[in-house]
Amino acid sequence: MQVNALQQYIDLYRDNKALIEDNSASLLNSFREDAFSRLSATHLPAKGSEDYELSDLDGMLAPDYGLNLSRLPLGFDPALSFRCDVPNLSTSLFMLLNDSWAETEISRRALPDGVIVCPLRKAAEEYPDLVAKYYGRAADGDNPLVALNTMLVQDGFFMYVPKGMKLEKPVQLVNIFAGGIPMMAVRRMLIVIDDDAEARLLVCDHTQNEEQDFLSLQTIEIFAGERASFDIYDLEESTRRTSRLSTLYLRQAERSNVLVDGITLFNGTTRNEYHCTFDGRHCELRLLGMAIEDEQRHIDNYTMIRHNTPDCHSNELFKYVVDDEAKGAFAGRIYVADGAVKTEAYQSNRNLVGSDKARMMSKPQLEIYNDDVKCSHGSATGQLDPMQLFYMRTRGLSEETARLLLKQAFMADVIEGVRMPMVRDRLRLLVERRLSGEKKLCQDCNEECPAHDTITL
Amino acid sequence: MLKVKDLHAEINGKEILKGINLEVKPGEVHAIMGPNGSGKSTLSMVLAGNPAYTVTGGSAEFNGKDLLEMLPETRSHEGLFLGFQYPVEIPGVSMVNFMRAAINAKRKYMDQPPMSATEFLKLMREKRAIVELDNKLASRSVNEGFSGGEKKRNEIFQMAMLEPKLSILDETDSGLDIDALRIVAEGVNKLKTANNATIVITHYQRLLDYIKPDVIHILYKGRIVRTAGPELALELEERGYDWIKEEVDKQDA
Ligand SMILES: Nc1ncnc2c1ncn2[C@@H]1O[C@H](COP(=O)(O)OP(=O)(O)OP(=O)(O)O)[C@@H](O)[C@H]1O
Ligand SMILES: [Mg+2]
Repeated sequence: MQVNALQQYIDLYRDNKALIEDNSASLLNSFREDAFSRLSATHLPAKGSEDYELSDLDGMLAPDYGLNLSRLPLGFDPALSFRCDVPNLSTSLFMLLNDSWAETEISRRALPDGVIVCPLRKAAEEYPDLVAKYYGRAADGDNPLVALNTMLVQDGFFMYVPKGMKLEKPVQLVNIFAGGIPMMAVRRMLIVIDDDAEARLLVCDHTQNEEQDFLSLQTIEIFAGERASFDIYDLEESTRRTSRLSTLYLRQAERSNVLVDGITLFNGTTRNEYHCTFDGRHCELRLLGMAIEDEQRHIDNYTMIRHNTPDCHSNELFKYVVDDEAKGAFAGRIYVADGAVKTEAYQSNRNLVGSDKARMMSKPQLEIYNDDVKCSHGSATGQLDPMQLFYMRTRGLSEETARLLLKQAFMADVIEGVRMPMVRDRLRLLVERRLSGEKKLCQDCNEECPAHDTITL
Repeated sequence: MLKVKDLHAEINGKEILKGINLEVKPGEVHAIMGPNGSGKSTLSMVLAGNPAYTVTGGSAEFNGKDLLEMLPETRSHEGLFLGFQYPVEIPGVSMVNFMRAAINAKRKYMDQPPMSATEFLKLMREKRAIVELDNKLASRSVNEGFSGGEKKRNEIFQMAMLEPKLSILDETDSGLDIDALRIVAEGVNKLKTANNATIVITHYQRLLDYIKPDVIHILYKGRIVRTAGPELALELEERGYDWIKEEVDKQDA
């Protein structure tokens, strides 16, 4: 067993500093030393410690993953074998292959005036002032996962929507894991939706190779300007052998309206963190999460919503279906600052546990430092109702079908929370397929799928 | 059609049915009456295959097949229908999807192709008319937020959709207003043929004014203690159960 999984990355950085920096941008490089010294002075939180109920960070980081530090292009075309699960969406599609930008037809096409969607490295070189204003400003450098990402990251995804721009077409980012050796992808996303702008982003994680180990270490920073409106749907469809460590940081300015939706359909071991902070008054946040876990999959979702300013509303709903020997954890914190009057914060976590060996841990936590608030939280973990099952069976539905319909019904309200109709319809179908035990979700992949014909590596 | 012999069943280790004998032939209507807690719903649950109950003895044959061997869904496919005393609410599952899944499950069992959407909607419309079920209810989640009477109407609607050979209607009349009672009873009569049969569980003569039973059984303490013609219901209406209870309890003592 590895004594300190973190150390191997610290060593890797020290030994390859020049290589890492030569293949990245100077702005990104300027954050590394600070991250390095923070990491050197800390250790990873232990599994089971507060807010890390299921996350064995040491274990997840222990394997000897390869990193593509010299940014070698991968020697194959992911479009050949990629099967998109959210096809027929009329989106502007971009792709990251492991953590490298994959040039696509669309990515060369012009976006509306002033809108930037490009590799983070390129953005840092071409728009240094813009990127410097935001990079590393939302993420907490003391979070070891953020520090690790910052120390190693070389590239990623940058999206900027300028003031007043209403981006009609949703942007879709497909992250593909592929390769013949265990790989670690260090991915950074920086998203800036400026004042009065509007945009939607759909992120899909796919692992192509079922038989290979992968680790994704991702940090997402999102800035929503005043009166901005933004949706992000982050869909994981990886494999048993994929680990995912994701830290999302959101800052919301006055009267912004944001929806964050984390959807886990297939995974191996996942930890998702959602850190959301209101910096202005009258912000709205809808935070949604859904996880379907079976076999021996693990998921640990941590959410933190900081009501620092008055008059903000947050509404959080996380739902899990946990079967077989799978494990799920939910830790949801809401912090309401002194002075954040007229806060409304609602949190709900509902879980269905389908077997004796499946486990679900749920921990809601409210910290409220003023009286003028409306807050509620609820957590319930239960099983399918035997009377409902029996009723359905007396009408001729097989037990399997009855279970499927009940599980789908259970997930209905999180699906309804999706604000993009085509994503909602597609998700309903994907959830149905997932719950009915299908191993691969996409079956009707065809030429209309935007993932086709678009990639020219 | 249905032959029940010396049926014993328990729930949570408590014996509720203590030797039920019952025979129902095609075209017949049977009424089962009896004091509260005597085991009427238990009998219906056991016949429909509720896994919460354990059969500890006896047999039940349905059209020559061993009923007790079958899964609840197979019993349904074979033509058994249970109208629940307390219909179950299923939030998030629409009546339309539920019924379509039910119809197609049966068709699959019968080696028939699934029903087309147009055919299915036409069938829904037709059957809804029989019990005058509001279209709004048919488009909502199963029984969710339905009033007591609407739930009962919905049971008969489902019965009409599934065209069972034997329907067991457990207190379908309770909770219905006078008009609804007539509509539901007329619905049951419309669905009646020479080849199917009905068991109505009820406390009241007024249902039997509409649905004329051929035979009346009285269930008491887990046994059928009396079987007679329709006149028995009238006698009960007048005299209550005490005289029967007394006779039975005397024999037991
Ligand atoms: N889960 C259970 N555990 C123990 N006893 C039960 C359980 N369910 C039902 N019983 C008992 O079984 C007996 C028969 O109940 P059942 O519901 O069959 O009566 P019923 O004849 O339908 O009454 P009613 O006319 O009130 O509907 C009652 O004494 C009831 O308390
Ligand atoms: Mg009863």
